[in-house]
Amino acid sequence: MVENRPLVTYLSHGILLAGILVVAFPLWMAFVASTYPPEAFNTGVLPLWPGDHFWENYSTALSAGLQAAGGVPVGLMMLNSTVMALAIAIGKIAISLLSAYAVVYFRFPGRMLCFWTIFVTLMLPVEVRILPTFEVVADLGMLNSYAGLSIPLIASATATFLFRQFFLTVPDELVEAARIDGAGPLRFFKDVLMPLSRTNIAALFVILFIYGWNQYLWPLLITTEESFYTVVMGIQRMVAVPDSEPQWHVVMATAILAMIPPVFVVIAMQRLFVRGLVETEK
Amino acid sequence: MEKRVVFRHAWLPYLLLLPQLAITLVFFIWPASQALYQSVLRQDPFGLRTAFVGLQNFERLFSDPTYLNSFQVTVVFSLAVAALSMGAALLFAVMADRVIRGAMAYKTLLIWPYAVAPAVAGVLWWLLFNPTIGFMAAVLDRLGYDWNHFVDGGDALLLVILASAWKQISYNFLFFLAGLQAIPRSLIEAAAIDGAGPARRFWTIVFPLLSPTTFFLLVVNVVYAFFDTFGVIHATTSGGPGQATTILVYKVFSDGFIGLNLGSSAAQSVVLMSIVIALTVIQFRYIERRVHY
Repeated sequence: MVENRPLVTYLSHGILLAGILVVAFPLWMAFVASTYPPEAFNTGVLPLWPGDHFWENYSTALSAGLQAAGGVPVGLMMLNSTVMALAIAIGKIAISLLSAYAVVYFRFPGRMLCFWTIFVTLMLPVEVRILPTFEVVADLGMLNSYAGLSIPLIASATATFLFRQFFLTVPDELVEAARIDGAGPLRFFKDVLMPLSRTNIAALFVILFIYGWNQYLWPLLITTEESFYTVVMGIQRMVAVPDSEPQWHVVMATAILAMIPPVFVVIAMQRLFVRGLVETEK
Repeated sequence: MEKRVVFRHAWLPYLLLLPQLAITLVFFIWPASQALYQSVLRQDPFGLRTAFVGLQNFERLFSDPTYLNSFQVTVVFSLAVAALSMGAALLFAVMADRVIRGAMAYKTLLIWPYAVAPAVAGVLWWLLFNPTIGFMAAVLDRLGYDWNHFVDGGDALLLVILASAWKQISYNFLFFLAGLQAIPRSLIEAAAIDGAGPARRFWTIVFPLLSPTTFFLLVVNVVYAFFDTFGVIHATTSGGPGQATTILVYKVFSDGFIGLNLGSSAAQSVVLMSIVIALTVIQFRYIERRVHY
Protein backbone atom coordinates (compact mmCIF):
# COMPACT_ATOMS: atom_id res chain seq x y z
CA MET A 1 0.00 0.00 0.00
CA VAL A 2 1.04 3.56 -0.54
CA GLU A 3 1.15 4.52 3.12
CA ASN A 4 1.20 2.76 6.43
CA ARG A 5 -2.08 3.21 8.25
CA PRO A 6 -2.50 0.26 10.59
CA LEU A 7 -5.98 1.36 11.61
CA VAL A 8 -7.27 1.29 8.03
CA THR A 9 -5.65 -2.10 7.50
CA TYR A 10 -7.34 -3.53 10.59
CA LEU A 11 -10.62 -2.08 9.40
CA SER A 12 -10.14 -3.76 6.00
CA HIS A 13 -9.52 -7.11 7.62
CA GLY A 14 -12.55 -6.59 9.85
CA ILE A 15 -14.85 -5.82 6.93
CA LEU A 16 -13.55 -8.78 4.93
CA LEU A 17 -14.03 -11.16 7.86
CA ALA A 18 -17.54 -9.82 8.41
CA GLY A 19 -18.23 -10.25 4.70
CA ILE A 20 -17.04 -13.83 4.72
CA LEU A 21 -19.25 -14.59 7.73
CA VAL A 22 -22.32 -13.01 6.13
CA VAL A 23 -21.69 -14.84 2.87
CA ALA A 24 -21.15 -18.17 4.61
CA PHE A 25 -23.97 -17.86 7.13
CA PRO A 26 -26.78 -19.33 4.95
CA LEU A 27 -24.53 -22.28 4.17
CA TRP A 28 -23.77 -22.85 7.84
CA MET A 29 -27.45 -22.77 8.79
CA ALA A 30 -28.25 -25.23 6.00
CA PHE A 31 -25.57 -27.53 7.34
CA VAL A 32 -26.91 -27.17 10.88
CA ALA A 33 -30.44 -27.94 9.70
CA SER A 34 -29.20 -31.06 7.94
CA THR A 35 -27.87 -32.53 11.20
CA TYR A 36 -31.06 -32.55 13.28
CA PRO A 37 -33.79 -35.18 13.56
CA PRO A 38 -37.17 -34.24 12.03
CA GLU A 39 -38.74 -33.50 15.44
CA ALA A 40 -36.29 -30.64 16.02
CA PHE A 41 -38.15 -28.57 13.45
CA ASN A 42 -41.41 -28.60 15.39
CA THR A 43 -40.06 -26.95 18.48
CA GLY A 44 -39.16 -23.53 17.20
CA VAL A 45 -36.08 -21.71 16.02
CA LEU A 46 -33.11 -23.77 14.89
CA PRO A 47 -30.04 -23.66 17.10
CA LEU A 48 -26.76 -22.30 15.74
CA TRP A 49 -24.79 -25.46 16.50
CA PRO A 50 -25.08 -28.79 14.60
CA GLY A 51 -26.97 -31.72 16.06
CA ASP A 52 -26.09 -35.40 16.09
CA HIS A 53 -28.08 -36.78 13.16
CA PHE A 54 -25.49 -36.10 10.49
CA TRP A 55 -25.01 -39.69 9.34
CA GLU A 56 -28.67 -40.67 9.57
CA ASN A 57 -29.87 -37.72 7.50
CA TYR A 58 -27.20 -37.92 4.84
CA SER A 59 -27.47 -41.65 4.39
CA THR A 60 -31.28 -41.39 4.18
CA ALA A 61 -30.97 -38.68 1.56
CA LEU A 62 -28.32 -40.44 -0.46
CA SER A 63 -29.87 -43.88 -0.51
CA ALA A 64 -33.62 -43.34 -0.13
CA GLY A 65 -34.48 -39.72 -0.82
CA LEU A 66 -37.78 -38.31 0.36
CA GLN A 67 -40.81 -40.62 0.15
CA ALA A 68 -43.29 -37.78 -0.29
CA ALA A 69 -41.31 -36.43 -3.25
CA GLY A 70 -41.25 -39.71 -5.16
CA GLY A 71 -38.54 -41.34 -3.08
CA VAL A 72 -35.73 -40.72 -5.56
CA PRO A 73 -32.37 -41.40 -3.90
CA VAL A 74 -30.17 -38.31 -4.01
CA GLY A 75 -27.31 -40.55 -5.11
CA LEU A 76 -29.19 -41.26 -8.34
CA MET A 77 -30.02 -37.59 -8.84
CA MET A 78 -26.39 -36.67 -8.41
CA LEU A 79 -25.44 -39.26 -10.98
CA ASN A 80 -27.96 -37.73 -13.40
CA SER A 81 -26.60 -34.27 -12.69
CA THR A 82 -23.07 -35.46 -13.33
CA VAL A 83 -24.03 -37.05 -16.64
CA MET A 84 -25.88 -33.91 -17.71
CA ALA A 85 -23.14 -31.51 -16.61
CA LEU A 86 -20.41 -33.54 -18.31
CA ALA A 87 -22.45 -33.96 -21.49
CA ILE A 88 -23.15 -30.23 -21.67
CA ALA A 89 -19.56 -29.20 -20.92
CA ILE A 90 -17.91 -31.70 -23.27
CA GLY A 91 -20.54 -31.30 -25.98
CA LYS A 92 -20.32 -27.51 -25.97
CA ILE A 93 -16.56 -27.53 -26.09
CA ALA A 94 -16.45 -30.10 -28.90
CA ILE A 95 -18.93 -28.47 -31.24
CA SER A 96 -17.60 -24.98 -30.50
CA LEU A 97 -14.02 -26.00 -31.26
CA LEU A 98 -15.09 -27.47 -34.58
CA SER A 99 -17.24 -24.56 -35.65
CA ALA A 100 -14.72 -21.94 -34.54
CA TYR A 101 -12.06 -23.79 -36.49
CA ALA A 102 -14.24 -23.80 -39.60
CA VAL A 103 -15.04 -20.09 -39.30
CA VAL A 104 -11.45 -18.99 -38.71
CA TYR A 105 -9.39 -21.29 -40.90
CA PHE A 106 -11.55 -21.66 -44.00
CA ARG A 107 -13.06 -19.35 -46.60
CA PHE A 108 -16.30 -20.69 -48.01
CA PRO A 109 -19.59 -19.32 -49.29
CA GLY A 110 -22.04 -18.62 -46.48
CA ARG A 111 -19.33 -18.22 -43.84
CA MET A 112 -20.70 -15.01 -42.38
CA LEU A 113 -24.25 -16.35 -42.46
CA CYS A 114 -23.16 -19.34 -40.37
CA PHE A 115 -21.31 -17.04 -38.03
CA TRP A 116 -24.35 -14.84 -37.45
CA THR A 117 -26.68 -17.79 -37.02
CA ILE A 118 -24.47 -18.93 -34.15
CA PHE A 119 -24.12 -15.40 -32.81
CA VAL A 120 -27.90 -14.95 -32.53
CA THR A 121 -28.14 -17.71 -29.93
CA LEU A 122 -26.51 -15.32 -27.45
CA MET A 123 -29.79 -13.45 -27.44
CA LEU A 124 -32.10 -16.42 -26.94
CA PRO A 125 -31.73 -17.85 -23.42
CA VAL A 126 -33.84 -20.92 -22.68
CA GLU A 127 -36.09 -18.92 -20.42
CA VAL A 128 -37.53 -16.78 -23.21
CA ARG A 129 -38.37 -19.60 -25.61
CA ILE A 130 -39.49 -22.21 -23.11
CA LEU A 131 -42.74 -23.39 -24.65
CA PRO A 132 -41.71 -23.80 -28.30
CA THR A 133 -38.41 -25.45 -27.33
CA PHE A 134 -40.30 -27.84 -25.11
CA GLU A 135 -42.60 -28.69 -28.03
CA VAL A 136 -39.64 -29.39 -30.31
CA VAL A 137 -38.06 -31.71 -27.75
CA ALA A 138 -41.38 -33.44 -27.14
CA ASP A 139 -41.91 -33.95 -30.89
CA LEU A 140 -38.46 -35.46 -31.19
CA GLY A 141 -39.32 -37.91 -28.40
CA MET A 142 -36.48 -36.66 -26.23
CA LEU A 143 -38.44 -36.15 -23.00
CA ASN A 144 -37.04 -38.16 -20.10
CA SER A 145 -33.68 -38.91 -21.66
CA TYR A 146 -30.12 -37.77 -21.18
CA ALA A 147 -30.11 -36.53 -24.76
CA GLY A 148 -33.08 -34.30 -24.04
CA LEU A 149 -31.43 -33.01 -20.88
CA SER A 150 -28.20 -32.01 -22.57
CA ILE A 151 -28.38 -31.56 -26.36
CA PRO A 152 -30.73 -28.55 -26.45
CA LEU A 153 -28.36 -26.71 -24.08
CA ILE A 154 -25.21 -27.58 -25.99
CA ALA A 155 -25.21 -24.88 -28.67
CA SER A 156 -23.38 -21.89 -27.33
CA ALA A 157 -22.18 -18.74 -28.97
CA THR A 158 -19.96 -17.87 -26.01
CA ALA A 159 -17.72 -20.89 -26.36
CA THR A 160 -17.51 -20.49 -30.13
CA PHE A 161 -16.47 -16.87 -29.68
CA LEU A 162 -13.89 -17.69 -27.10
CA PHE A 163 -12.22 -20.21 -29.41
CA ARG A 164 -12.54 -17.90 -32.40
CA GLN A 165 -10.77 -15.12 -30.50
CA PHE A 166 -8.10 -17.52 -29.41
CA PHE A 167 -7.54 -19.03 -32.88
CA LEU A 168 -7.14 -15.54 -34.31
CA THR A 169 -4.16 -14.98 -32.01
CA VAL A 170 -2.40 -18.16 -33.16
CA PRO A 171 0.47 -17.12 -35.50
CA ASP A 172 -0.09 -17.74 -39.21
CA GLU A 173 3.42 -19.14 -39.49
CA LEU A 174 2.20 -22.30 -37.78
CA VAL A 175 -0.27 -22.95 -40.59
CA GLU A 176 2.40 -22.26 -43.20
CA ALA A 177 4.86 -24.56 -41.46
CA ALA A 178 2.24 -27.28 -41.19
CA ARG A 179 1.35 -26.95 -44.85
CA ILE A 180 4.99 -27.14 -45.91
CA ASP A 181 5.33 -30.27 -43.86
CA GLY A 182 2.38 -31.68 -45.75
CA ALA A 183 -0.20 -31.59 -42.96
CA GLY A 184 -3.84 -31.31 -43.99
CA PRO A 185 -6.47 -29.27 -42.11
CA LEU A 186 -7.49 -32.11 -39.81
CA ARG A 187 -3.90 -32.95 -38.95
CA PHE A 188 -3.20 -29.29 -38.18
CA PHE A 189 -6.28 -29.14 -35.95
CA LYS A 190 -5.36 -32.25 -34.05
CA ASP A 191 -1.59 -31.81 -33.68
CA VAL A 192 -1.13 -28.04 -33.50
CA LEU A 193 -4.33 -26.25 -32.56
CA MET A 194 -5.68 -28.63 -29.93
CA PRO A 195 -2.49 -28.76 -27.84
CA LEU A 196 -2.31 -24.95 -27.97
CA SER A 197 -5.91 -24.60 -26.77
CA ARG A 198 -5.49 -26.86 -23.76
CA THR A 199 -5.63 -24.16 -21.07
CA ASN A 200 -8.58 -22.46 -22.69
CA ILE A 201 -10.43 -25.73 -22.92
CA ALA A 202 -9.79 -26.48 -19.25
CA ALA A 203 -10.89 -23.02 -18.13
CA LEU A 204 -14.05 -23.25 -20.19
CA PHE A 205 -14.73 -26.73 -18.91
CA VAL A 206 -14.83 -25.48 -15.32
CA ILE A 207 -17.36 -22.78 -16.15
CA LEU A 208 -19.50 -25.05 -18.31
CA PHE A 209 -19.54 -27.85 -15.76
CA ILE A 210 -20.98 -25.46 -13.18
CA TYR A 211 -23.43 -24.11 -15.75
CA GLY A 212 -24.58 -27.61 -16.59
CA TRP A 213 -24.79 -28.81 -13.02
CA ASN A 214 -26.88 -25.80 -11.98
CA GLN A 215 -29.46 -26.10 -14.76
CA TYR A 216 -32.91 -25.87 -13.24
CA LEU A 217 -35.78 -24.89 -15.49
CA TRP A 218 -34.88 -27.20 -18.33
CA PRO A 219 -34.67 -30.47 -16.35
CA LEU A 220 -37.79 -29.42 -14.46
CA LEU A 221 -39.73 -29.28 -17.72
CA ILE A 222 -38.54 -32.31 -19.56
CA THR A 223 -38.21 -34.89 -16.80
CA THR A 224 -41.43 -36.40 -15.57
CA GLU A 225 -39.89 -39.76 -14.72
CA GLU A 226 -38.22 -39.75 -11.32
CA SER A 227 -35.25 -41.74 -12.57
CA PHE A 228 -34.12 -38.74 -14.64
CA TYR A 229 -34.41 -36.10 -11.91
CA THR A 230 -31.32 -33.98 -11.42
CA VAL A 231 -30.37 -32.90 -7.94
CA VAL A 232 -30.92 -29.16 -8.33
CA MET A 233 -34.48 -29.61 -9.58
CA GLY A 234 -35.05 -32.51 -7.19
CA ILE A 235 -34.73 -30.09 -4.28
CA GLN A 236 -37.67 -28.13 -5.60
CA ARG A 237 -39.72 -31.33 -5.76
CA MET A 238 -38.83 -31.96 -2.12
CA VAL A 239 -39.68 -28.44 -0.99
CA ALA A 240 -42.96 -28.28 -2.87
CA VAL A 241 -44.63 -31.27 -1.23
CA PRO A 242 -48.28 -30.26 -1.06
CA ASP A 243 -50.07 -29.71 2.26
CA SER A 244 -47.14 -30.12 4.59
CA GLU A 245 -44.05 -28.38 5.84
CA PRO A 246 -40.93 -29.41 3.94
CA GLN A 247 -38.86 -32.15 5.56
CA TRP A 248 -36.09 -29.68 6.27
CA HIS A 249 -33.52 -32.16 7.48
CA VAL A 250 -33.52 -34.15 4.22
CA VAL A 251 -34.03 -31.08 2.03
CA MET A 252 -31.00 -29.36 3.52
CA ALA A 253 -28.86 -32.49 3.37
CA THR A 254 -29.76 -32.65 -0.33
CA ALA A 255 -28.97 -28.96 -0.79
CA ILE A 256 -25.54 -29.44 0.76
CA LEU A 257 -24.90 -32.49 -1.41
CA ALA A 258 -26.01 -30.55 -4.49
CA MET A 259 -23.52 -27.78 -3.71
CA ILE A 260 -20.49 -29.96 -3.03
CA PRO A 261 -19.40 -30.83 -6.61
CA PRO A 262 -19.60 -27.32 -8.17
CA VAL A 263 -18.17 -25.58 -5.09
CA PHE A 264 -15.35 -28.10 -5.00
CA VAL A 265 -14.63 -27.44 -8.67
CA VAL A 266 -14.49 -23.66 -8.08
CA ILE A 267 -12.20 -23.89 -5.08
CA ALA A 268 -9.93 -26.65 -6.35
CA MET A 269 -9.51 -25.08 -9.79
CA GLN A 270 -9.67 -21.47 -8.76
CA ARG A 271 -7.12 -20.21 -11.25
CA LEU A 272 -8.81 -21.90 -14.19
CA PHE A 273 -12.21 -20.81 -12.93
CA VAL A 274 -11.26 -17.13 -12.74
CA ARG A 275 -9.65 -17.34 -16.15
CA GLY A 276 -12.70 -19.00 -17.66
CA LEU A 277 -15.03 -16.44 -16.12
CA VAL A 278 -13.07 -13.47 -17.42
CA GLU A 279 -12.49 -14.99 -20.87
CA THR A 280 -16.11 -15.89 -21.50
CA GLU A 281 -17.22 -12.34 -20.77
CA LYS A 282 -14.88 -10.68 -23.24
CA MET B 1 -9.65 -9.57 -38.03
CA GLU B 2 -9.10 -12.29 -40.59
CA LYS B 3 -6.53 -14.99 -41.12
CA ARG B 4 -4.03 -14.39 -43.90
CA VAL B 5 -3.34 -18.08 -44.47
CA VAL B 6 -6.28 -20.43 -44.73
CA PHE B 7 -7.01 -23.96 -45.80
CA ARG B 8 -8.90 -24.77 -48.95
CA HIS B 9 -11.47 -27.50 -48.90
CA ALA B 10 -14.80 -27.93 -50.65
CA TRP B 11 -16.91 -29.58 -47.99
CA LEU B 12 -14.88 -29.94 -44.79
CA PRO B 13 -15.84 -26.54 -43.27
CA TYR B 14 -19.52 -27.35 -43.69
CA LEU B 15 -19.03 -30.68 -42.01
CA LEU B 16 -17.25 -29.00 -39.10
CA LEU B 17 -20.04 -26.48 -38.70
CA LEU B 18 -22.80 -29.02 -39.06
CA PRO B 19 -23.26 -30.08 -35.40
CA GLN B 20 -23.46 -26.57 -34.03
CA LEU B 21 -25.64 -25.26 -36.86
CA ALA B 22 -28.01 -28.21 -36.59
CA ILE B 23 -28.49 -27.75 -32.86
CA THR B 24 -28.81 -23.99 -33.22
CA LEU B 25 -31.45 -24.29 -35.92
CA VAL B 26 -33.48 -27.03 -34.24
CA PHE B 27 -33.37 -25.80 -30.64
CA PHE B 28 -32.85 -22.04 -30.97
CA ILE B 29 -33.89 -20.49 -34.26
CA TRP B 30 -36.92 -22.68 -34.94
CA PRO B 31 -38.44 -22.34 -31.41
CA ALA B 32 -37.78 -18.61 -31.40
CA SER B 33 -39.53 -18.22 -34.75
CA GLN B 34 -42.38 -20.34 -33.38
CA ALA B 35 -42.68 -17.95 -30.46
CA LEU B 36 -42.81 -15.05 -32.90
CA TYR B 37 -45.46 -16.82 -34.98
CA GLN B 38 -47.61 -17.87 -32.01
CA SER B 39 -47.50 -14.38 -30.62
CA VAL B 40 -49.79 -13.24 -33.45
CA LEU B 41 -52.22 -16.16 -33.07
CA ARG B 42 -54.94 -16.95 -30.60
CA GLN B 43 -56.18 -20.43 -29.69
CA ASP B 44 -59.52 -21.18 -28.14
CA PRO B 45 -59.30 -22.80 -24.68
CA PHE B 46 -59.60 -26.33 -26.09
CA GLY B 47 -56.93 -25.84 -28.72
CA LEU B 48 -59.38 -26.64 -31.52
CA ARG B 49 -59.31 -23.42 -33.47
CA THR B 50 -56.49 -21.00 -34.04
CA ALA B 51 -56.99 -17.57 -35.48
CA PHE B 52 -54.65 -14.87 -36.67
CA VAL B 53 -55.11 -11.85 -34.45
CA GLY B 54 -52.25 -9.56 -35.46
CA LEU B 55 -50.84 -7.54 -32.62
CA GLN B 56 -53.86 -8.09 -30.38
CA ASN B 57 -51.91 -10.32 -27.98
CA PHE B 58 -49.46 -7.50 -27.42
CA GLU B 59 -52.23 -4.93 -27.00
CA ARG B 60 -53.89 -7.13 -24.43
CA LEU B 61 -50.61 -7.70 -22.69
CA PHE B 62 -49.85 -4.04 -22.25
CA SER B 63 -53.34 -3.25 -21.01
CA ASP B 64 -53.27 -6.17 -18.58
CA PRO B 65 -52.66 -4.83 -15.06
CA THR B 66 -51.05 -8.07 -13.87
CA TYR B 67 -48.51 -7.88 -16.70
CA LEU B 68 -47.73 -4.25 -16.01
CA ASN B 69 -47.39 -5.12 -12.34
CA SER B 70 -44.98 -7.90 -13.24
CA PHE B 71 -42.95 -5.37 -15.26
CA GLN B 72 -42.77 -3.13 -12.23
CA VAL B 73 -41.77 -6.00 -9.95
CA THR B 74 -39.03 -6.99 -12.40
CA VAL B 75 -37.61 -3.46 -12.54
CA VAL B 76 -37.57 -3.10 -8.74
CA PHE B 77 -36.18 -6.60 -8.34
CA SER B 78 -33.36 -6.30 -10.87
CA LEU B 79 -32.26 -2.84 -9.76
CA ALA B 80 -32.25 -3.94 -6.12
CA VAL B 81 -30.30 -7.11 -6.91
CA ALA B 82 -27.76 -5.18 -8.99
CA ALA B 83 -27.34 -2.38 -6.43
CA LEU B 84 -27.07 -4.70 -3.45
CA SER B 85 -24.68 -7.25 -4.91
CA MET B 86 -22.52 -4.67 -6.68
CA GLY B 87 -22.33 -2.47 -3.59
CA ALA B 88 -21.28 -5.33 -1.34
CA ALA B 89 -18.87 -6.71 -3.93
CA LEU B 90 -17.23 -3.31 -4.47
CA LEU B 91 -16.74 -2.87 -0.73
CA PHE B 92 -15.14 -6.31 -0.39
CA ALA B 93 -13.02 -5.83 -3.50
CA VAL B 94 -11.64 -2.48 -2.30
CA MET B 95 -10.77 -4.06 1.05
CA ALA B 96 -9.27 -7.17 -0.54
CA ASP B 97 -7.19 -4.96 -2.84
CA ARG B 98 -5.76 -3.18 0.22
CA VAL B 99 -4.75 -6.12 2.35
CA ILE B 100 -1.63 -8.13 1.63
CA ARG B 101 -1.82 -10.76 4.32
CA GLY B 102 -4.42 -13.46 3.61
CA ALA B 103 -5.59 -11.93 0.33
CA MET B 104 -5.78 -15.33 -1.36
CA ALA B 105 -7.76 -16.88 1.49
CA TYR B 106 -10.27 -14.02 1.48
CA LYS B 107 -10.69 -14.40 -2.25
CA THR B 108 -11.33 -18.14 -2.00
CA LEU B 109 -13.84 -17.68 0.79
CA LEU B 110 -15.74 -15.03 -1.13
CA ILE B 111 -16.02 -16.65 -4.56
CA TRP B 112 -17.59 -20.00 -3.75
CA PRO B 113 -21.25 -18.84 -3.88
CA TYR B 114 -20.83 -18.51 -7.64
CA ALA B 115 -21.04 -22.29 -7.81
CA VAL B 116 -24.34 -22.50 -5.94
CA ALA B 117 -27.37 -23.02 -8.18
CA PRO B 118 -29.92 -20.19 -7.99
CA ALA B 119 -32.61 -22.62 -6.87
CA VAL B 120 -30.40 -23.89 -4.04
CA ALA B 121 -29.50 -20.33 -3.04
CA GLY B 122 -33.21 -19.58 -2.81
CA VAL B 123 -33.85 -22.59 -0.61
CA LEU B 124 -30.99 -21.65 1.76
CA TRP B 125 -32.37 -18.16 2.32
CA TRP B 126 -35.88 -19.53 2.55
CA LEU B 127 -34.82 -21.63 5.53
CA LEU B 128 -32.95 -18.73 7.09
CA PHE B 129 -36.06 -16.54 7.00
CA ASN B 130 -38.65 -19.23 7.67
CA PRO B 131 -41.14 -17.57 10.05
CA THR B 132 -41.18 -20.47 12.51
CA ILE B 133 -37.72 -22.03 12.43
CA GLY B 134 -35.55 -19.47 10.61
CA PHE B 135 -32.80 -17.73 12.52
CA MET B 136 -33.18 -14.38 10.78
CA ALA B 137 -36.94 -14.37 11.24
CA ALA B 138 -36.37 -14.94 14.97
CA VAL B 139 -33.88 -12.07 15.11
CA LEU B 140 -36.34 -9.78 13.32
CA ASP B 141 -39.07 -10.90 15.70
CA ARG B 142 -36.86 -9.94 18.64
CA LEU B 143 -36.42 -6.53 17.04
CA GLY B 144 -40.18 -6.18 16.81
CA TYR B 145 -40.71 -6.98 13.13
CA ASP B 146 -43.14 -9.74 12.29
CA TRP B 147 -41.53 -11.33 9.22
CA ASN B 148 -43.72 -13.58 7.12
CA HIS B 149 -42.94 -14.03 3.45
CA PHE B 150 -45.92 -16.34 3.00
CA VAL B 151 -48.31 -13.47 3.60
CA ASP B 152 -46.45 -10.23 3.09
CA GLY B 153 -45.50 -9.46 -0.54
CA GLY B 154 -42.78 -7.01 0.47
CA ASP B 155 -41.09 -9.59 2.69
CA ALA B 156 -41.23 -12.16 -0.09
CA LEU B 157 -39.71 -9.75 -2.61
CA LEU B 158 -36.96 -8.83 -0.17
CA LEU B 159 -36.24 -12.51 0.40
CA VAL B 160 -35.73 -13.30 -3.29
CA ILE B 161 -33.68 -10.10 -3.71
CA LEU B 162 -31.36 -11.13 -0.87
CA ALA B 163 -30.95 -14.67 -2.18
CA SER B 164 -30.27 -13.52 -5.75
CA ALA B 165 -27.87 -10.76 -4.70
CA TRP B 166 -26.01 -13.13 -2.39
CA LYS B 167 -25.26 -15.52 -5.22
CA GLN B 168 -24.03 -12.75 -7.50
CA ILE B 169 -21.60 -11.11 -5.03
CA SER B 170 -18.75 -13.46 -5.93
CA TYR B 171 -19.00 -12.71 -9.63
CA ASN B 172 -19.01 -8.95 -9.11
CA PHE B 173 -16.23 -9.25 -6.55
CA LEU B 174 -13.91 -10.98 -9.03
CA PHE B 175 -14.49 -8.40 -11.73
CA PHE B 176 -14.17 -5.43 -9.39
CA LEU B 177 -10.96 -6.86 -7.97
CA ALA B 178 -9.54 -7.33 -11.47
CA GLY B 179 -10.59 -3.75 -12.31
CA LEU B 180 -8.94 -2.39 -9.17
CA GLN B 181 -5.72 -4.22 -9.82
CA ALA B 182 -5.58 -2.75 -13.32
CA ILE B 183 -5.47 0.81 -11.98
CA PRO B 184 -1.88 2.13 -12.15
CA ARG B 185 -0.32 2.42 -8.69
CA SER B 186 1.45 5.62 -9.73
CA LEU B 187 -1.83 7.56 -9.88
CA ILE B 188 -2.73 6.54 -6.37
CA GLU B 189 0.76 7.27 -5.07
CA ALA B 190 0.73 10.71 -6.68
CA ALA B 191 -2.57 11.50 -4.97
CA ALA B 192 -1.20 10.24 -1.66
CA ILE B 193 1.81 12.54 -1.99
CA ASP B 194 -0.57 15.42 -2.62
CA GLY B 195 -2.14 14.58 0.72
CA ALA B 196 -5.35 12.81 -0.33
CA GLY B 197 -6.53 10.21 2.21
CA PRO B 198 -7.86 6.75 1.31
CA ALA B 199 -11.51 7.84 1.09
CA ARG B 200 -10.77 10.83 -1.07
CA ARG B 201 -8.50 8.78 -3.34
CA PHE B 202 -11.27 6.27 -3.77
CA TRP B 203 -13.93 8.74 -4.80
CA THR B 204 -11.81 10.98 -7.01
CA ILE B 205 -9.51 8.45 -8.67
CA VAL B 206 -10.42 4.81 -8.16
CA PHE B 207 -14.17 5.00 -8.58
CA PRO B 208 -14.10 7.02 -11.84
CA LEU B 209 -11.46 4.72 -13.29
CA LEU B 210 -13.60 1.72 -12.37
CA SER B 211 -16.60 3.05 -14.26
CA PRO B 212 -16.13 0.77 -17.31
CA THR B 213 -16.16 -2.27 -15.01
CA THR B 214 -19.12 -0.90 -13.10
CA PHE B 215 -21.11 -0.31 -16.25
CA PHE B 216 -20.29 -3.73 -17.64
CA LEU B 217 -21.32 -5.37 -14.37
CA LEU B 218 -24.54 -3.37 -14.27
CA VAL B 219 -25.61 -4.85 -17.60
CA VAL B 220 -24.53 -8.36 -16.60
CA ASN B 221 -26.38 -8.09 -13.29
CA VAL B 222 -29.56 -6.86 -14.89
CA VAL B 223 -29.45 -9.75 -17.37
CA TYR B 224 -28.84 -12.11 -14.45
CA ALA B 225 -31.75 -10.69 -12.46
CA PHE B 226 -34.03 -10.84 -15.49
CA PHE B 227 -33.38 -14.44 -16.48
CA ASP B 228 -31.17 -16.51 -14.22
CA THR B 229 -33.13 -15.84 -11.07
CA PHE B 230 -36.01 -17.98 -12.26
CA GLY B 231 -34.79 -20.80 -10.02
CA VAL B 232 -34.66 -18.60 -6.93
CA ILE B 233 -38.28 -17.63 -7.37
CA HIS B 234 -39.69 -20.90 -8.57
CA ALA B 235 -38.11 -22.95 -5.79
CA THR B 236 -39.25 -20.59 -3.02
CA THR B 237 -42.12 -18.15 -3.43
CA SER B 238 -43.55 -19.43 -6.76
CA GLY B 239 -44.25 -15.84 -7.73
CA GLY B 240 -46.42 -15.20 -4.69
CA PRO B 241 -47.90 -14.15 -2.40
CA GLY B 242 -50.37 -12.67 -4.85
CA GLN B 243 -48.16 -11.50 -7.69
CA ALA B 244 -45.55 -9.91 -5.46
CA THR B 245 -42.55 -11.83 -6.81
CA THR B 246 -43.78 -12.66 -10.32
CA ILE B 247 -40.98 -11.38 -12.51
CA LEU B 248 -41.41 -11.42 -16.30
CA VAL B 249 -39.59 -14.71 -16.86
CA TYR B 250 -41.67 -16.38 -14.21
CA LYS B 251 -44.83 -15.08 -15.83
CA VAL B 252 -43.90 -16.49 -19.25
CA PHE B 253 -43.50 -19.85 -17.57
CA SER B 254 -46.63 -19.73 -15.44
CA ASP B 255 -48.91 -18.38 -18.21
CA GLY B 256 -47.55 -20.89 -20.71
CA PHE B 257 -47.21 -24.07 -18.68
CA ILE B 258 -49.72 -23.61 -15.91
CA GLY B 259 -52.23 -21.23 -17.49
CA LEU B 260 -51.79 -22.75 -20.99
CA ASN B 261 -52.35 -19.36 -22.56
CA LEU B 262 -50.11 -19.92 -25.57
CA GLY B 263 -50.69 -16.66 -27.41
CA SER B 264 -50.02 -14.52 -24.38
CA SER B 265 -47.02 -16.56 -23.29
CA ALA B 266 -45.54 -16.32 -26.79
CA ALA B 267 -46.12 -12.57 -26.88
CA GLN B 268 -44.37 -12.28 -23.51
CA SER B 269 -41.47 -14.33 -24.87
CA VAL B 270 -41.17 -11.91 -27.77
CA VAL B 271 -41.12 -8.93 -25.39
CA LEU B 272 -38.41 -10.64 -23.34
CA MET B 273 -36.38 -11.44 -26.44
CA SER B 274 -36.42 -7.78 -27.43
CA ILE B 275 -35.20 -6.88 -23.95
CA VAL B 276 -32.31 -9.38 -24.21
CA ILE B 277 -31.43 -8.11 -27.67
CA ALA B 278 -31.42 -4.52 -26.40
CA LEU B 279 -29.22 -5.45 -23.44
CA THR B 280 -26.83 -7.45 -25.64
CA VAL B 281 -26.51 -4.55 -28.07
CA ILE B 282 -25.79 -2.15 -25.22
CA GLN B 283 -23.17 -4.51 -23.87
CA PHE B 284 -21.47 -5.01 -27.23
CA ARG B 285 -21.44 -1.33 -28.14
CA TYR B 286 -19.93 -0.63 -24.79
CA ILE B 287 -17.30 -3.34 -25.13
CA GLU B 288 -16.38 -1.94 -28.54
CA ARG B 289 -15.84 1.39 -26.87
CA ARG B 290 -13.69 -0.08 -24.16
CA VAL B 291 -11.43 -1.67 -26.74
CA HIS B 292 -10.69 1.70 -28.37
CA TYR B 293 -10.33 3.55 -25.08
